[in-house]
Amino acid sequence: MESVILQIAARHMRPLLIILSVIVLYRGHNEPGGGFIGGLMLGAAYILYAMAFGVGKTQNRILFSPINLTALGLLIALLSGVPALLSGMPFMTGEWVTFFANSAFELKLGTPLLFDVGVFFAVAGMLMLVMFSIMEE
Amino acid sequence: MILILPIILPLLFMVILIFTRRWLFFQQAFSLLASIGLTVLAALLLKQVYIDGATTLQMGSWPAPYGITLISDLLAAIMLLTTSFVAVVVMIYSPGFIDRERQTAGYYPLVFGLLMGVNGAFLTGDIFNMYVWYEVMLTSSFVLIALGGSAEQLRGSIKYVTISFVASIFFVAAIGILYGQAGTLNMADLAYKMRTWENMPYINGALMLFFVAFSVKAALFPFFFWLPASYHTPPVAITALFAGTLTKVGIYTMFRFYSLFVVQDVLFWKIFLLVIAGLTMSVGVLMAASQFDIRKILSFHIISQVGYMVMGLAIFSTNAIAAAIYFTIHNMLSKTNTFLAGGLVYQRSGSYDLKHLGGLYKTAPFLALLFFIPAMSLAGIPPLPGFFGKFFLIKGGFEAGDYFITAVAIAVGLFTLFSMVKIWNEAYWKKAPDGETGNGKVGTSAIAATAVLAAAVVLLGIFAGPVMEISQQAAIQLADPYHYIEAVLNISSK
Repeated sequence: MESVILQIAARHMRPLLIILSVIVLYRGHNEPGGGFIGGLMLGAAYILYAMAFGVGKTQNRILFSPINLTALGLLIALLSGVPALLSGMPFMTGEWVTFFANSAFELKLGTPLLFDVGVFFAVAGMLMLVMFSIMEE
Repeated sequence: MILILPIILPLLFMVILIFTRRWLFFQQAFSLLASIGLTVLAALLLKQVYIDGATTLQMGSWPAPYGITLISDLLAAIMLLTTSFVAVVVMIYSPGFIDRERQTAGYYPLVFGLLMGVNGAFLTGDIFNMYVWYEVMLTSSFVLIALGGSAEQLRGSIKYVTISFVASIFFVAAIGILYGQAGTLNMADLAYKMRTWENMPYINGALMLFFVAFSVKAALFPFFFWLPASYHTPPVAITALFAGTLTKVGIYTMFRFYSLFVVQDVLFWKIFLLVIAGLTMSVGVLMAASQFDIRKILSFHIISQVGYMVMGLAIFSTNAIAAAIYFTIHNMLSKTNTFLAGGLVYQRSGSYDLKHLGGLYKTAPFLALLFFIPAMSLAGIPPLPGFFGKFFLIKGGFEAGDYFITAVAIAVGLFTLFSMVKIWNEAYWKKAPDGETGNGKVGTSAIAATAVLAAAVVLLGIFAGPVMEISQQAAIQLADPYHYIEAVLNISSK
């Protein structure tokens, strides 16, 4: 079933949802949000696209296959613990770096955020993997 | 530092194996090397713990009891080493047994997912974290048991998944009650509070819920029915891995919880566990005696053997615990070995059904030997480890004055011998019923793996003294909960 309304909506919603998912991911450390919810939104963006255009076409559009995206997420989450090991602290000890401190664009990056990025990809990949195989049936 | 590696390395290996899932040869070689690496690591950890006593690590530098503690005492290190070794053997076995389709469908990454969960459950010092590791382990096992998707496997996995979820509900409910009562889930902190607080209500209720959860996983008496209904469905290499690792995690957790948390009504728990142990042993072995499928006989035997371990735990004298630990090591090796040998029979004859098998002793004497060693070990024939395990357990039972359970254990030993001899007679000794023994191709690596494990079983029997010595040390640590508590918290017992 091809619906023009759905297709146009999906085409415009996809970049919007992706940007929003990244925002949700970033604010998640101190405010509602985080890697899991962000990952769900990222996955939803592509699932909506797949509903409108079909699974095959969607899979051509994404750089990583869903299973690889999940594995990548796990790898990033794992790596987020490593900086602590290098500085001799127990695994997963949080390390933070602040850019542009005390300005309007203060940007705090740290290993917990990196962990969240890992969760973000892992959840999105898993969601796509499950939904795509159900939709292909 | 070394404590975190048995958890994060399997995760890293899993990620690597997911990325390379199409390259079959790389998967096989890498999995073998990786599991050998994990075994070496576990051996190093065991050595360190044996010299220095329990080792701890505070994840993310959050101090106990607020953060998640990883802790390894001797029992955990022993279990870790045995599990890793079983994994090595299964990794040698798999290329020669599991079909190509399953091997490239994610078999190897899933095995490492399972190992990560098992190792995590051994090493964690936090109850909620332990629940998470249980889920990691179970989720991997759900996929492994259904991998390939044959109708029989799906039938088995539905039962397995459902009952596992029910057990998880009990687990979480118990955690909730405990957290509400004590305000902590750090196991050492909890054990300390249970010993120092005047009165902590609802503890026995929570412990009973824990007991239900773990006895489902360890397949104890009233909750064992899922195991024989599902374990025989996947390829035998997967069953062997489950038999050697999964059910034993439940037993390990029971040991840990019993030593740390059973403070109130000790007598009730002792009698309760003795009754459960006796029933588990005897029901398992009786049901095994009536089966004719090799895998089903062996599955029922898992249940019966778990009863022995619980018996050692229930007696809870140092000697009995040491015997139970030795018995657990023996069982993980011998049980896995019998399953692997059963797989060889299947490859050779194309059947697991004893009614259709026969004559293998004549046509394949080496395969017969490979089954004979672990089977006689399970039955408890000296000088194989099963004999020493049962001997020490029974000795411990007599010393503690628990004569009834000891008598049951001896009787069950006889029945075990009966069903092992039954497989031996039917599959190897009697004439083949159709006049043909089958001439299927048996994978070289499968034979090699079974031989390696059989050699390990024999060695465990020969070196029963030193292994028993380490088990004795582990039992002393387990019998004194303050060893564990002081390793995590800065508390002096005096």
